[in-house]
Amino acid sequence: MIAYFVRRLLYAIPILLGVNVLTFALFFLVNTPDDMARMQLGNRRVTQEAIEQWKADRGYNRPVFWHAAQAGSAKLTDTLFFDSTQRLFTFDFGKSDAGRDISEDLRQRMWPSLVIALPSLLLGLGCALSAALVFAWLAGSRLDFWGGVICVGMMSISGLFYIIGGQWLLAKLWRIAPISGYGDGLEVARFVLLPVLVSVLAGLGGMVRWYRALLLEELGKDYVRTARAKGLPDGLVMWAHVLRNALIPVLTGVVVLLPSLFMGALITEAFFAIPGLGSYTIEALQAQDFAAVRVMVFLGSLLYIVGLLLTDLSYVLVDPRVRLE
Amino acid sequence: MPLLLLSLTGCGERALNDPYPAADAGRAILYTTFQERPKHLDPTSSYSENEAAIIAQIYEPLVQYHFLKRPYVLAPLTATAVPAPQYFDAAGKRLPDDAPDEQVKRVVYRISIQPGIQFQPHPAFARGADQAYRYHGPAARLPTPFKTLADFPQTGTRELEAADYVYQIKRLADPRLHSPIVSFMGRYIKGLTALQTALEKAPTVPDLRELELDGARVIDRYTLEIELTEKYPQFVYWLAMPFFAPVPWEADQFYAQPGMAERNLSLDWHPVGTGPFMLTENNPNRRMVLSRNPNFKHETYPAEGAPDDAEAGLLADAGQSLPLLDAVHFQLEKEDIPEWSKFLQGYFDASPIAPDGFDQAVRIAPDGSVELTPEMQARKLRLAVTTQTSTSYIGFNMLDPVVGGASERARKLRQALSIAVDVEEMISIFSNGRGVPAQGPIPPGIFGFEDGEAGINPVVYDWQQGRAVRKPLAAAQALLSEAGYAGGKDPATGEALTLNFDAAAAGPDAKPLFNWYRKQFAKLGLRLVIRLTDYNRFQDKMQHGSAQIYAWGWNADYPDPENFLFLLYGPNGKVAHQGENASNYSNPEFDRLFVTMRGMPSGPARQALVKQMLAIVRDDAPWLWGTHPQAYALAHQWVKNVKPNLMARNTLKYRRIDAARRATLRREWNAPVWWPVWTLGAALLITGWLARRSWRKRQQARLA
Repeated sequence: MIAYFVRRLLYAIPILLGVNVLTFALFFLVNTPDDMARMQLGNRRVTQEAIEQWKADRGYNRPVFWHAAQAGSAKLTDTLFFDSTQRLFTFDFGKSDAGRDISEDLRQRMWPSLVIALPSLLLGLGCALSAALVFAWLAGSRLDFWGGVICVGMMSISGLFYIIGGQWLLAKLWRIAPISGYGDGLEVARFVLLPVLVSVLAGLGGMVRWYRALLLEELGKDYVRTARAKGLPDGLVMWAHVLRNALIPVLTGVVVLLPSLFMGALITEAFFAIPGLGSYTIEALQAQDFAAVRVMVFLGSLLYIVGLLLTDLSYVLVDPRVRLE
Repeated sequence: MPLLLLSLTGCGERALNDPYPAADAGRAILYTTFQERPKHLDPTSSYSENEAAIIAQIYEPLVQYHFLKRPYVLAPLTATAVPAPQYFDAAGKRLPDDAPDEQVKRVVYRISIQPGIQFQPHPAFARGADQAYRYHGPAARLPTPFKTLADFPQTGTRELEAADYVYQIKRLADPRLHSPIVSFMGRYIKGLTALQTALEKAPTVPDLRELELDGARVIDRYTLEIELTEKYPQFVYWLAMPFFAPVPWEADQFYAQPGMAERNLSLDWHPVGTGPFMLTENNPNRRMVLSRNPNFKHETYPAEGAPDDAEAGLLADAGQSLPLLDAVHFQLEKEDIPEWSKFLQGYFDASPIAPDGFDQAVRIAPDGSVELTPEMQARKLRLAVTTQTSTSYIGFNMLDPVVGGASERARKLRQALSIAVDVEEMISIFSNGRGVPAQGPIPPGIFGFEDGEAGINPVVYDWQQGRAVRKPLAAAQALLSEAGYAGGKDPATGEALTLNFDAAAAGPDAKPLFNWYRKQFAKLGLRLVIRLTDYNRFQDKMQHGSAQIYAWGWNADYPDPENFLFLLYGPNGKVAHQGENASNYSNPEFDRLFVTMRGMPSGPARQALVKQMLAIVRDDAPWLWGTHPQAYALAHQWVKNVKPNLMARNTLKYRRIDAARRATLRREWNAPVWWPVWTLGAALLITGWLARRSWRKRQQARLA
C-alpha cells in the first residue's frame, strides 16, 4: 500500500505542474502585467513609468514561459513561470500583489472557512442520512412520496435563493440571528448558525435523494431478506446492516471533500461576510491579484489530490475486501 | 435552539440579531461599512475613496476643508495658517501675487505648524531608560514571538515636527512605494524627480532623512518650506490630501525590520498619525476599528458655518473637543442586501440607498422633489441628497477619423449626437432620477459652474419657461445633414453610418443601457455597434486611442475648475502624454486660456475666462456630455452633525452618536419572532409521529 501511495504522490507532481501551466496561460491570456499594475496602482494619474516600476518590483517584467534573450537553460529558468512554480512547490507563497504575506492570510482565513464548512458537512450528513433512512424505511408510503416531492423541489432551487431567503426570514423577518458578520470566541456560534443552516438546507434535497437510493439498493439485497427471514427486528436490520453497508459510498464521498473544506465556500462567505478563504479567492480574482490566485488554485488542486488519496484509503478501511496494489 | 440563542446573547440583554459584542453596547461607536478591502493605508500610495475614508481620520495634513462653510474653503489643520505662495523671478526678486506665469521661476510656501501636537501611541516611539529606541535601531530588542503590534508591551509618542512633513514629501519619490502622484508632482516640486531617479539607482534603501530635496526644507523645528518650480495655485489643495500628511521616520525604521513584512506589519497596513483616531484593529477580512487617539487634543468643533447650519443644529457642539466618538467600526459587507437590511435594523448608522431598496426608501413627489417613504419617515431617518462633484461623460476620441478632428463635418456630427442622446431620459431610467444633466465638464459646487440660463450649453439646450430644455431632434437631424450624413446615411456607402461605442462589459445590468444607446443613435438613422470588452482591454484601447466613443468619469480632487478643465487640456492627452484627457482633445485657444485661468485667483475675471473656455468646448463637443451623479444618503435619527462635505474625508471627528437612543430603538426594532420556530418544531414532531405511525402500521401488516 505504501508503494501505491508513493506512486500516487509522484503522479501528483505532473498534475500540479499542468494545473500551474494552465493557470498561468489562462490568467495571462486575460490580463497583462500592465493591467495588473493598473488595478493595483489605480487609474488616476498613473504613468507608464510607474507601471513599469511596479512590474519590475514584482518580477512581472520578465517573460511568462520563455526568455528568448537569455542563453541556455536560463531561457526556461529566468521566467515568471519557473520562478513562481519553484516557490509554490516549496510552499513559499511570498507576497500577494497587494503586498500582504499570503501564508499569513491563509493561516488567518482558513479557520472561519472551516468553522462554517465542518458543521455544515456534519449536520447536513446527519440530517440527510436520518431523513433518507426514514424515507427508505417507509418507501412507497405517502410520507415517502411527499418527502420526495419536497426534496426534488429543494434541489431545483438555486443556492443563492437559500442564502437571500434565509437572511430575509431568519435575520430580517424573525430577527433571531445576525444577518451577516463574524465574531470572536463563543460569539462565532451566533454568526455561524444562519450560514450553516442555509448550507445544510441548500444541499439537503440532493443528499436525501442520493442516500435514499443507496439505502433502497441495500434493502433489496439478499442479506437483508435473510436477516428479516431470521426474524431480526426492522430497526436492527436498518441500523446494524443496511446503514453500515450503505455508508461505504457515503463516507468515501465525504472523505474526498474533507481537505477542501479549508478552501471555503465562495458565495456563502461573500453574502455572510465570513472572512474565510472562499471570499479571499473571490477578492483575489476581482483584484486580478495573480500571486494570490495562483496560490489558491495550486492549493485547491493539491487538496483535491489529497482528498482522492484519502478516499482510496477510506475504501480500504471500510471495506476489507479492497486492496490497494 | 431558542435557549441556545438566548444564552449566546446574554439572556435577552441585546437583540438576537445584534451583530456586535455586548461590551460595545452603549458606547459612542459609529458603525459603517466597507465593501472592498483597502489596498493601501500608506498616505504615499493611497489614492482611492475607500482608503481615504480610513486614513483621513488618522493622518493630518497641514490644512483641511472647513467642515461647514460653503463654498468649500481651506482651514488650517496642523499649520498655523493656510499657506500662501511667494513668487520669485529668475533673479530671486519677490513678485506680486498676480505676476504672469512666465515671470515666476520660483514659488515658495513657508509653513509653520502648531507646536505641541503629538503622534498616536505606537511601539516605534517606545524608548528605554537610556532614551534609545526600544524596538528599532542599535538597541532594539523585539519581543519573541510577536505577531501583531499588541505583542509590543511598550508604546511611546513624540511631538510632530516640520521634519515629518519634509520626510513624507521625500517618501513620494521612493520607487518602492509607488506613489501615484510622483510624476505629476515631479513637474512642480523642485528636485523631486531627481530624487526619484537617485532612489531608483540606489543599490540599497537609503535613510531618506540623509537625502536632500531642494523642494522641501526644514527651516526650524516647527517651520518648513516647499519650493515649486512654477506657478501652481492649486498646490495648496494638495496640501489638504494625505499625500502631504506627516509620517514619522521611526515608523519606517520600525516596520523595515526583519520579520515585520511576513506578519503583514507595515506602514501600508498599520498607519501612524497625529489625527483624532488611530487604527487599533486592522483585519481587512472582517473589520477595521478606529479608536480615539488619546494624544489628540488640539481641535474643537467649529463655531461658525453656513447660514442655515445653526438652524439645522449643526452648531450645537461648537467648541466641544474633538473627536465626539469613542470609535468607528468599518465592517466588511460585500453585498448590498445584507448591508441595507442591517441599516434598517439599526446596526449601521448611515447608508447609501441600495439599488434594491430605492423604492422602499424614497419616492418622487408630484412636484418632482424627493422625499422619504412613510416607512422611513416613521423611523425618523434623514435623507441627504448631494450632487457629486464629479462628471460622468460620454466622450469622442478626437483622434478618430470619423467622430474626431476639428473639421466642420466632425464637429457638427458630434453636436448632433450631443442633442440626440437624451441624457435626462437616461438619468430617469437608469439612475432612478439621481443625477443632473451636465452642461459642461464642471459640476455644481465647483467654482466656474453657473446655474440657470447663464450656465446652459446652448448647443444642446434652449432656455424655456425657466428651465433648460433639450433641443428638438429636428435640430440634431439638421446638424447631421450639414455634416454630410443626411438621414444618418454615410455618403461613402449609401448605408447608415456605423459608429462604435467601446465599453467595458459590466454584467447583465449593462445590456439595457447599451440597447438604450443604440436607440438614441437610431433616432438619427445611425447604427451604433457596442464593442464590449473586459476592463483591461478597454483601458488598452483608451491608452492607444483606438476607441471611437466611450464612457468615462472624473471625481474632483479639489474644488477648482482647473481639476475638470484639465481633462480637456491638449498637453494632457492620453495617447500622446499619458494624461487624463481621454478624448485627446486639443484646441490651441482653449489651451492658452487654460494656462492663464489655472494661475488666477477665483473671481469675476477667472469666471469670465472659464465661461470662454466652456463656450469653446461646448461648440467643439469633444464630449457628448453626461451627468453629475447625485448621492442619496440616509442617516438614523441618533447620528448628529451630518453635513455632506464632498471635499473633506476627515469628517468623522465631528460626528456624534446618541448611543442611548440607538440602543433603545435597536431593541424595539429587533424583538425576535418566535412563533415560526415553535411551528417548525411542532411540524417536525408531527412528521416524526406520522413516520412512527406509518412504520407501526407496516410492522403490524407484516406480522398479520
